[in-house]
Amino acid sequence: MPLNIDKDLYRFRHIVKGRIRKDLKRFMSSKDMIGKEGDQLVRIPLPQIQIPRLRYGENPSGVGQGEGEGEGEGKPGQGPGEAGDKPGEHSLEVEVSFEELAQIMGEELELPNIQPKGQKEISSEKDKYTGISRVGPESLRHTRRTFRQALKRQISSGTYKGSSPIIVPIKEDKRYRSWKPTTQPMSNAVILYMMDVSGSMGKEQKEIVRSQAFWLDLWLKHQYKNVETRFIIHDAAAKEVDRHTFFHTRESGGTLISSAYTLCLKIMGQDYPAQDWNIYPFHFSDGDNWSGSDTSLCLEMLESKMLPRVNQFSYAQVESQYGSGQFINDLVGKFDADERVVVSQVPDREGIMNSIKELLGKGR
Amino acid sequence: MADSFFFRARRGLSPELEEARVHIQDIAKGHGLDFFETIFEVCDFDEINMLASYGGFPTRYPHWRWGMEYLQMQKGYEYGLHKIYEMVINTDPSYAYLLDNNMMVDQKLVMAHVFGHVDFFKNNLWFAPTNRKMLDQMANHAARVQKHINAQGHDVVEAWIDICLSIDNLIDPHAVHYPKEPVQGQVSPVDPRLPASDYMDPYINPPAVIAAEREKAAQAAQAVQTFPAKPERDVLGFLLQYAQMSAWQRDILEMVRDEALYFVPQGQTKIMNEGWASFWHTTMMTQDILTAAEVIDYADHHSGTVATQPGQLNPYKLGLELFRHIEERWNKGQHGRDWFRTQDPRERAAWDTQAMGGRAKIFEVRKTHNDITFIDEFLDESFVAEHGLFVWERDKKTGKFNVSTREFKAVKQQLLFQLSNRGQPRLSVVNANHANRGELVLSHPYEGLDIQLDWAELTLGNLSRVWGRPVHLETHIEGKPTLLSHDGSAFTKSQREAV
Repeated sequence: MPLNIDKDLYRFRHIVKGRIRKDLKRFMSSKDMIGKEGDQLVRIPLPQIQIPRLRYGENPSGVGQGEGEGEGEGKPGQGPGEAGDKPGEHSLEVEVSFEELAQIMGEELELPNIQPKGQKEISSEKDKYTGISRVGPESLRHTRRTFRQALKRQISSGTYKGSSPIIVPIKEDKRYRSWKPTTQPMSNAVILYMMDVSGSMGKEQKEIVRSQAFWLDLWLKHQYKNVETRFIIHDAAAKEVDRHTFFHTRESGGTLISSAYTLCLKIMGQDYPAQDWNIYPFHFSDGDNWSGSDTSLCLEMLESKMLPRVNQFSYAQVESQYGSGQFINDLVGKFDADERVVVSQVPDREGIMNSIKELLGKGR
Repeated sequence: MADSFFFRARRGLSPELEEARVHIQDIAKGHGLDFFETIFEVCDFDEINMLASYGGFPTRYPHWRWGMEYLQMQKGYEYGLHKIYEMVINTDPSYAYLLDNNMMVDQKLVMAHVFGHVDFFKNNLWFAPTNRKMLDQMANHAARVQKHINAQGHDVVEAWIDICLSIDNLIDPHAVHYPKEPVQGQVSPVDPRLPASDYMDPYINPPAVIAAEREKAAQAAQAVQTFPAKPERDVLGFLLQYAQMSAWQRDILEMVRDEALYFVPQGQTKIMNEGWASFWHTTMMTQDILTAAEVIDYADHHSGTVATQPGQLNPYKLGLELFRHIEERWNKGQHGRDWFRTQDPRERAAWDTQAMGGRAKIFEVRKTHNDITFIDEFLDESFVAEHGLFVWERDKKTGKFNVSTREFKAVKQQLLFQLSNRGQPRLSVVNANHANRGELVLSHPYEGLDIQLDWAELTLGNLSRVWGRPVHLETHIEGKPTLLSHDGSAFTKSQREAV
């Protein structure tokens, strides 16, 4: 039943969205938000949304009742003076769905929508109830249409009386819902995250990657119906891990980026045929590769094997005080004109928003 | 709108509930409770939630804040944090709401409790000036705001409501109890001469006295250079009268002020009102209503209502116990000159004149008192000791809350302070033409607590938007005389000379 409150709820949501829009940069660089991600909802702390008033700050004292155990673990009594109207005592958290958040982000960062490839090839069959038929199982009987039919018949045969409007459907009046199998274009995407976990990638760098991955996930899930994510960590050798391990591993070895690309290509070859999947490899590193020869091997692999199969290859370089940061220069040197390669540098948390914009800005 | 809601929600009470209502109403009348006609509505979860976020009124003006409260309330339910047992609004007739899937014993408890509240609304003098047709008034407000939204646009009107709400505590809570005198800027000199026939004139109006009076009046007129002449606590009323704004803005500010004033008595009598209602639900439930099968559930739910978390203060509990305390004292005649002269605690404890005046006394108390006078007059040493009240303090270093004292005077003083002006800073307009530039100055007499700065910044900004010129607030921050100013674009905090 429609309650008046719906309009007010809508206004509240509207204001919340406006507030998130305004503070998007802060949210994108904040650590807290990622930790609070639920299934389909993000909780966002919004303290400023309350109406400010001239009032006292936190009371340094008050009256309580009870035993008050010795040294006192007493908690503040609810000041009866302020009961009923205590603005701002609790910090307000609002829930926003992934869908809404992605939309806001898309609009704020002016991200282009992605035109998925392989729309035609990839399809799934689904039954859709679109039509009406004269035969069918009783469970699918369309009551309204049936009665309308009966009414029509009764009026046309003159058996309908306005003074006693009784409508009795007979067998011929019955109408049933009918279905048609339809093919729906399906769009699948896979995100392959690769991260350098060598000694030079510190905790802060990993946190940044984690935040970035959250926003990348959010956007690609907004764009594709079915999104899978795979995680690869590497130092001198690469292995596939789960999400948690991905963000929490710290190795100490050196760095061979080609190991990650090799594993990535292997996963792609096994599970994600290019004609069925939109493939998005993201590689995060501090840009320190062990040897020049490995770098040229990487560039070679990218050019001949990776790029022909993926929508876009993205490389984000998270700056650390140890890494040389050379790899990004090598990439740019080789693929500067290539649309399929996107690189971005993330100097610190503040840089996350810009980086996301660079990585997703091409709409591929 | 209001009608349509009630039309929809009024399912009528089930025969069982109706029978309980009549029964409880008769019992309540038998105890001497005197209430407006009370209409119970049965509502489902969502409706109760909505009504609660609207403050009990089915139709309020459109505003996002109700939506926010509704969401929070839903969350509270989902997590089982709170459950609204009763909701009743101060109107004639009074409306109260019952949650449709509550147990029968709960419904009875709520009804008994509600009759206590409505008796309080009707008879407590602090409620006397409130608009008993507020249901219609609120609906009118909703229609007025909707009209302004249609004409001005939703965002503009909502932003203005936000501003008005942000200053809606700057009212004079007692404004409704005395006739409004116009804010005086100039004292017009009154001729001190009294009418007298010629020959008597030198005696009735001695020239020396008349000259002195005139001199005084002239001085007084000279002295009144500030406007308003006297500090004006009704800041909102003052703004309505003197600030420049468009008609629709004035209309909304006036509406916000009316609603704020309407809710004032509820804040002034929270402890008493809840105490009174709880007193009557326990009395009626245990003496008259409960069936043997219901006793356990009743005891469970009642104890939930009046439960005191260790170290916290529950207004239901405090009010209830204080009413019981008063009834017991007057039943035993523990009042009057002889009682107060008796110092010996044993003698006092054994004091019983069989006066049995308790019931009459509590009815009198519920008529004339508000929370402050209630606590001031009846919270005595034995009560504080018996119920373990204490003053807590936050340790600045550890952030822990400690019991600072259980001493009677300190407890009482702290409680009274918390209740003064409903726990809010007491502000007045002292000058509306500061530095002869039309700037507004509010004054806050310092009572030991600092005003919260970040909110002060936002609120003063809003105030300057209403006033149209810079505004200042004279207060103390960390013990130092401070002037907080907002000129519409920037907030400043500066030292000021102590007066």
